[in-house]
Amino acid sequence: MTSASLTRIGAMVRRYWYLLRSSWPRILDLIYWPTVQMLMWGFLQSYVASAGGGVFARAGGVFIGSVLLWDILFRGQLGFSISFLEEMYARNLGNLMISPLRPVEFIASLMIMSLVRLSIGMVPVTFLAIAFFDFNLWALGFALAAFFVNLILTSWSIGIFVSGVLLRNGMGAESLAWTIMFLFLPLTCVYYPVAVLPHWLQYVAWALPPTYVFEGMRALLIDHVFRADLMLEAFLFNAILFAGASIAFLLLLRSAREQGSLLQTGE
Amino acid sequence: MPASPAAIEVDRLVKRYKTATAVDGISFTLPRGSITGLLGGNGAGKTTTIAMIMGLVTPTSGTVSVLGARMPDERYDVLQRMNFESPYVDLPMRLTVRQNLSVFAQLYAVEDIAGRIAAIAADLELTDLLDRPTGKLSAGQKTRVSLAKALLNRPNVLLLDEPTASLDPDTADWVRGRLERFRDTVGATVLLASHNMMEVERLCERVIIMKRGRIEDDDTPARLLERYGRDTLEDVFLDVARGRGHAAEASR
Repeated sequence: MTSASLTRIGAMVRRYWYLLRSSWPRILDLIYWPTVQMLMWGFLQSYVASAGGGVFARAGGVFIGSVLLWDILFRGQLGFSISFLEEMYARNLGNLMISPLRPVEFIASLMIMSLVRLSIGMVPVTFLAIAFFDFNLWALGFALAAFFVNLILTSWSIGIFVSGVLLRNGMGAESLAWTIMFLFLPLTCVYYPVAVLPHWLQYVAWALPPTYVFEGMRALLIDHVFRADLMLEAFLFNAILFAGASIAFLLLLRSAREQGSLLQTGE
Repeated sequence: MPASPAAIEVDRLVKRYKTATAVDGISFTLPRGSITGLLGGNGAGKTTTIAMIMGLVTPTSGTVSVLGARMPDERYDVLQRMNFESPYVDLPMRLTVRQNLSVFAQLYAVEDIAGRIAAIAADLELTDLLDRPTGKLSAGQKTRVSLAKALLNRPNVLLLDEPTASLDPDTADWVRGRLERFRDTVGATVLLASHNMMEVERLCERVIIMKRGRIEDDDTPARLLERYGRDTLEDVFLDVARGRGHAAEASR
């Protein structure tokens, strides 16, 4: 009776899929903003490159690549957290918590939905990037797979932590789900090299797994070198982050049981 | 897990929050197949007690066992054999009734999901509503859907927290009728928290009255009426709520 059940994970994925397909605004929302972001940064990059910007002239896809990888990180976490928030909006958390659904199964279903939502939102945008800017993210091949695995692991870790905070503190912590990832935007050096940061802040940056991915992407697009060492370091930090987030989630869930906040998930 | 003759055993249960004591040292045992009413005013500790029985809230001290499993530590041994219905939790509104029931049937590992949904929908007069979004239903219809979810896995232990709150008298009476039928046919252990004395009198063979986190009285409805010298449980409830004690005490 202690093992995770694929049936229960499947039930939860079905629940979120029913919700997603019942609402076209939800699907449109997945595609709309990544498209706007990609177009905006793509045109900016075209302008800077045409004005003689050195690095952009040498590596046409740096900005678009950055924004697409950033969206994997950001949308991955949002896809996880929004599915969790749907339970709180629906006041369904009490029903789930007294069902045989285990936390690990709940989290697994949220991870799967994060991938589903990310695929719906990002795949069309990558083809638009080819059409508009002749930038083919898929051409990165194995490197893209390494970037993706590391970014999605970070996004899930943050999603797990935020879900724990929401369980413990209720909807008063909702804004955290929407904004926490922006803390990573300046620190993980999405659009500029780590060397730009003040020396002391570089230590913080190198403690965050996405920093290795964005540095790796620049090395690939500008110097045409795949830095496997950076990907391995990112994976190591991700393993630590994921374990820490999972432990934090379980501690916050325990605290929520002690504080009686699982039935009352309002403000 | 050792077999226990009792369905629910609550022993010296306490729940303290930072500024208040919600449940203050209560003990009771519910035999298998019994139907018990948990009565009390607002803040009496009924919902907290039920939440601790379900494993949603960790007791400060004392123990709760359900079907021999200690809650909340061993909850996954028994959650598949329990269920819960309350107007304070909802089912996802955008999903159809059938989708909601099929998701929960899968969570509870119900066999022959389609057949079970068809049977319970027929029993609770939901067949025509199965393909409508749950959020488009009336309050009474939503209560029936929640009840269908609660009965889906044929629970051995059913916890009901004010199942007829905010329903019109006709719908409330219909729900009580279905609960009576469930009581008579399934033989499950039911704990029913309610403000509605008529409901408790009609459905329950035993009544536990709570006040400020403590058990004030615990007996059959008939013996409570006799002891307090009252004609209705509502009058008994008011006597307890206002600290008037029972007739025997009053006459001393």
